[in-house]
Amino acid sequence: MLTQNSLPEVEEHKRLTNKEAAIQFLTNNMVTIMFVVLVLAGFLVAGMNPFLFILDIVARMSRNSFLVLSLIIPVVAGMGLNFSIVLGAMAGQALLIFVTHWGITGLPGILLCIVLVTPLSMFLGYLTGKLFNKAKGQEMIAGLILAFFAQGIYELIFLQLVGGIIPMDNRVLIMSSGIGVRTTVDLTGGLKYGLDWPGQIWGMPNLLRPTFPWTLIVGVIAVIVGFLVYRFVFKGRMPSLPSIGAGLVAAGLIVYWSAIQIQQETMMMMVRIPLLTWIVILTLCLFIVFFSRTKLGQDMRSVGQDRHVAAVSGIQVDRVRVIAIMMSMVMASWGHIIFLQNMGAFSTYGSHEQIGLYSVAALLIGGATVSKATISQALLGVFLFHALFIVSPSAGRQLFGDAQVGEYFRVFVAYGVIGITLALHAWKKLLQRKDQLGV
Amino acid sequence: MLQNLAAKFMTNFGLARLIILGFFIFLCIMAVVFQLDIAELLTSSLARIGMWGVLVLAMLPAISSGIGPNFGVSLGILCGLVGALTALETAFRLGGVVELSGGVLFLLAIIISLPFAILTGIAYGWLLNRVKGSEMMIATYVGFSMVSIMKIAWLFLPYTSPEMAWPIGRGVRVQISLAGRGITRILNNFLSFNIGDVVVPTGLLLFFALMCFLVWLFMRSKTGIAMRAAGDNPRFSEAAGINVNRSRIIGTTFSTILGAIGILVYAQSYGFIQLYEGPMFMPFVAVAAVLIGGASVKKASITHVVVGTALFLGIQVVAIPVANAFTTDWASMGEISRKIIQNGVILYALTQAGGD
Amino acid sequence: MAEASLLQMQGIGKSYYGTPVLQDINLNIKPGEIHAIVGENGAGKSTLMNILFGMEVIHSTGGFDGEIIINGKKEKIDSPQRAMEIGIGMVHQEFMLLPNYSITENIKLNREVLKPNFLSRVFGQKIEHLNMGQMNTDSRKALDKLGIGIEEYVTVAGLPVGYMQFTEIAREIDKTNVKMIVFDEPTAVLAETEAEKLLESMKAIAEEGIAILFITHRLDEVISISDNITVLRDGKRVGTKKREETDVYELAELMVGRKIEKMVHGEQRELKNEIALKTENLVVHMPGEKVNGVNLEVRKGEFLGIGGLAGQGKVGIANGVMGLYPSRGQVWINGSPLSLNDPGESMRQGMAYVSEDRRGVGLLLDSSIELNIVINALHNQKKFLKKYGFFKFQDTKGIRDHALKMIKELDIRCTGPGQLVKRLSGGNQQKVCIARALTMEPEILFVSEPTRGIDVGAKRLVLETLVKLNEELGMTIVMTSSELGELRSVCDRIAIVSEGNISGVLPPDGSDVDFGLLMAGQQERRGA
Repeated sequence: MLTQNSLPEVEEHKRLTNKEAAIQFLTNNMVTIMFVVLVLAGFLVAGMNPFLFILDIVARMSRNSFLVLSLIIPVVAGMGLNFSIVLGAMAGQALLIFVTHWGITGLPGILLCIVLVTPLSMFLGYLTGKLFNKAKGQEMIAGLILAFFAQGIYELIFLQLVGGIIPMDNRVLIMSSGIGVRTTVDLTGGLKYGLDWPGQIWGMPNLLRPTFPWTLIVGVIAVIVGFLVYRFVFKGRMPSLPSIGAGLVAAGLIVYWSAIQIQQETMMMMVRIPLLTWIVILTLCLFIVFFSRTKLGQDMRSVGQDRHVAAVSGIQVDRVRVIAIMMSMVMASWGHIIFLQNMGAFSTYGSHEQIGLYSVAALLIGGATVSKATISQALLGVFLFHALFIVSPSAGRQLFGDAQVGEYFRVFVAYGVIGITLALHAWKKLLQRKDQLGV
Repeated sequence: MLQNLAAKFMTNFGLARLIILGFFIFLCIMAVVFQLDIAELLTSSLARIGMWGVLVLAMLPAISSGIGPNFGVSLGILCGLVGALTALETAFRLGGVVELSGGVLFLLAIIISLPFAILTGIAYGWLLNRVKGSEMMIATYVGFSMVSIMKIAWLFLPYTSPEMAWPIGRGVRVQISLAGRGITRILNNFLSFNIGDVVVPTGLLLFFALMCFLVWLFMRSKTGIAMRAAGDNPRFSEAAGINVNRSRIIGTTFSTILGAIGILVYAQSYGFIQLYEGPMFMPFVAVAAVLIGGASVKKASITHVVVGTALFLGIQVVAIPVANAFTTDWASMGEISRKIIQNGVILYALTQAGGD
Repeated sequence: MAEASLLQMQGIGKSYYGTPVLQDINLNIKPGEIHAIVGENGAGKSTLMNILFGMEVIHSTGGFDGEIIINGKKEKIDSPQRAMEIGIGMVHQEFMLLPNYSITENIKLNREVLKPNFLSRVFGQKIEHLNMGQMNTDSRKALDKLGIGIEEYVTVAGLPVGYMQFTEIAREIDKTNVKMIVFDEPTAVLAETEAEKLLESMKAIAEEGIAILFITHRLDEVISISDNITVLRDGKRVGTKKREETDVYELAELMVGRKIEKMVHGEQRELKNEIALKTENLVVHMPGEKVNGVNLEVRKGEFLGIGGLAGQGKVGIANGVMGLYPSRGQVWINGSPLSLNDPGESMRQGMAYVSEDRRGVGLLLDSSIELNIVINALHNQKKFLKKYGFFKFQDTKGIRDHALKMIKELDIRCTGPGQLVKRLSGGNQQKVCIARALTMEPEILFVSEPTRGIDVGAKRLVLETLVKLNEELGMTIVMTSSELGELRSVCDRIAIVSEGNISGVLPPDGSDVDFGLLMAGQQERRGA
């Protein structure tokens, strides 16, 4: 009765020629490609030692990835780049100060920080989400200004109240006047490497020691066990003997090589890969993937696409948005704790200020936009942004005889990339709106 | 009736502003209670109002033309700085041949900065026309980007005058003293007189008044009326044959020019030119001031500018001595209260603007 | 007849702020019935639907009278969620689709099929996973019912409108408990073949025992598929007809039928033959009011009316000629061609416009009355300006004098010319708009919906002012209005617009049937 043919055919996606595909790829990934070129050029000009470069980039990636990943969920929920993660960072930092004061060190200290900071940052996220709901469409500028505002409150608490109204008797942490936390807090001997190197304080320096060979050994064992368990539990059968054999031989070789590196204390022992930190980062990635397939994740995507349609279909838009910000805020507070335990010392009133700027810039450099962000974009972005950070001072010195130029340049890049991506996005949105009007 | 009026006042005036006004009155009472030197506080309040006034005024054409508070007024500030440095360099190069007086130098700085400000303003306005609806965020980041690219430029621009260039190394100094060229406080001291112990910086206030008058006049010109209409209701204005985009560019450019002049007034009063990070966060002070005065992100008047400048900078002047008189432990209280008030009031205005 | 009713609406009435918009409406719909509701704008169709759906706007304004009975049981529908629970579905006029989702995801929007996982046992249902397989199966079933072969995993963005419409319908069918679906002007956006297919699908749905409430203005569609037809007019039910017992003509007459209000003009006037305005193939891209190639002639000194249903493009004509929305085609003013898409040029050619969108494009709400009155003349005709050298400044005194004169002439109730326009009542705001148009001393005045949203007294005054301008100053007036009665009381001729074109021009005393037919986009009866 009803024939298919009375409706126009759905247009097949046009097969793109190679050239068209290439052009499309270039335009869609312009920012990222530009940065790849920039980093490569900088790398060549700076004449850096590749080994030192790898040392540095691995350290920076393990430090910053978690923070950048915390930006993804608000983007999905249509709230743009969450500049308010600075509040989460402040909360994390506050807890580090208190836990340091209480003298709890190492992994237990870090875990205590995490446990205590979670309700605090959930509360901050709740308030921030409420605020964003009152300033829909202007979430980003509101987040930025909120970060400045919170900076005032933070300074009020830690510079003027702690030591006075909030008692804290600690000669190391508090300024000599007895009021206010000192401008730098040293975590050495306390929470430093609490997550990166938990064995350090228990007199077992080799337990989960964050070096490449050790991580490799643990990693290989984990992969083999994981694979076997996966095959056995989910597929219900054991792999064939030859493949087990081949796997064991390969694993044996890797472990043997690693053991030699460890024994001889080679250069490889200098490559720091904090195993536990990376496990935490990977867990977060898995969680984000997991979450995106849940009902709440789907609701966030719906709200992110069109608040009105989502509301009409009965989704509680405002509530979903608040939850998105709360999740981001909690992740940011954890991320900042990870960041600082790796740094080992921080500037009490400054180290969180640039978190928003650098994390957002990194995410955008990876190819994310105001309305779309993925895990791989976040990780690629962290890599490129920090690669630029590493090479630009030396490149500046080589080109202009002044490292300062390179340092100024990378700050400009951070601001510039945000400005450009925001402008491009706003422009596209404007054009789309005009399109819809049939202009 | 009275209750009605009070309620109306509340809705028009807003809770945030009421708190700030209350805080200011509280500070003033405290200043009297602690027996602070009121004359000195008044003197420095007047100087600060004149010093910031033009920068705050720069918000007016921007808000009126519909781009909102100009978070990127740092672009204008940078133009003003280029004008100032170039004027100083000219004086240095001409040194020995012609000695330029402080007044001439000040005018010269304004004149040099104008073309930069106009060109920048047009380009900036063109950009803002392409990002309607996100002007505030993009203006902020354009400002940040330009300030940071100018940090590189300060290293390379060929200024050689000894008060500017580092004796060794590259680039101009972070802070340049104006003392040697006779520009310091040239406006402040013009026709200045005392009432009791209060020093009135007549020239400075007159200059601010002159700028306000020029803006007032502009708002009544054909172009100005079109610009106000474009800001009030762009769709109406298009129907009325007004070129909305052009009006917005004019508003942006005007704001940028006032930013350039504003920093020159600021610098002569302060006695130093601050480069590099200097202009980065200045826009937020100006934005907060005009909002405290009663403006919203969509509507502002000269009264809002004057009241806001007086209130916000008044608080800053009074807060520090009051806090210090209260307890010496609270040395940073002035700066902290500025941060909280400044950003609190901007946040408040953003929530009042409602969703998109 | 023995079959029990699915939906009964009894004695439904509703008034907004004392103005009745619906009175004593009774409806009776059986399962599997296709019931059409037709009526002009403002006849009460959308209010009736809002009541049926428990929309916020009804309950925040004091609820409604009468009762709704579903399957013999009295129901209190106080929210859209409640309506959905009861089994009432709606296919919206605007698509409620998310473009980046697949068809399945859109069909299952916020009704996703879930399956638990290890985390959801701790954190609750919100964290359960989507069961995509089941969702796809369900969607497939719904699409098959409609006879749509498209793959359910295709992304909605870029699909032809017809498929989007069917996705919306599939969503309603997929709801397991759906008993009745409301189609609000479903064919408005569709091409002819798509519309035909949609009507067939509607029949197929009805055959499954689901009742359909069909709101449309296309009378031929009504006749072709409905079982019963209810006609609303001015908030009252003027008749319910069986399809077999009625025809397009009767429906048209019922829809429009009303006495002609007293003519404000005396006799039918003889018009001059001079053409003041001529359009040829005028196309206007006004969203929701598209104009597709209108040919129109307006004679000098004429009072022309433009009527028609909402969304058909009648307001688009004035907006296009005045340059407010992008247009193509040719327009001549007094015989010389007008360059389009330039509002300033249109005004300089002696035209002025009072917009239907008073608060959107009609007024500077945050500015004073006097500025609102003079700004067009000031900007486009350089009136009220004083020149000092290169600069032109406003003539403050001239503006004030003129504003006072206008306030007096049009009886604008205000505290003074400096009062902000947003503080005025609707009627006084409308007078400010008219004052602005008059300040330009136009030859041709376009007025759109001049009496919308203003009270009766002000309405009369506005219309009388227009007639006076027309008769005494000889101003050519083109008035667009949704109220046919109003047009018939003041116009010399009335052009009726349907689907972006002029379907016919009638004298004010033309028959109701003809007006009704033209509005429904059909030809007037031959020889009538």
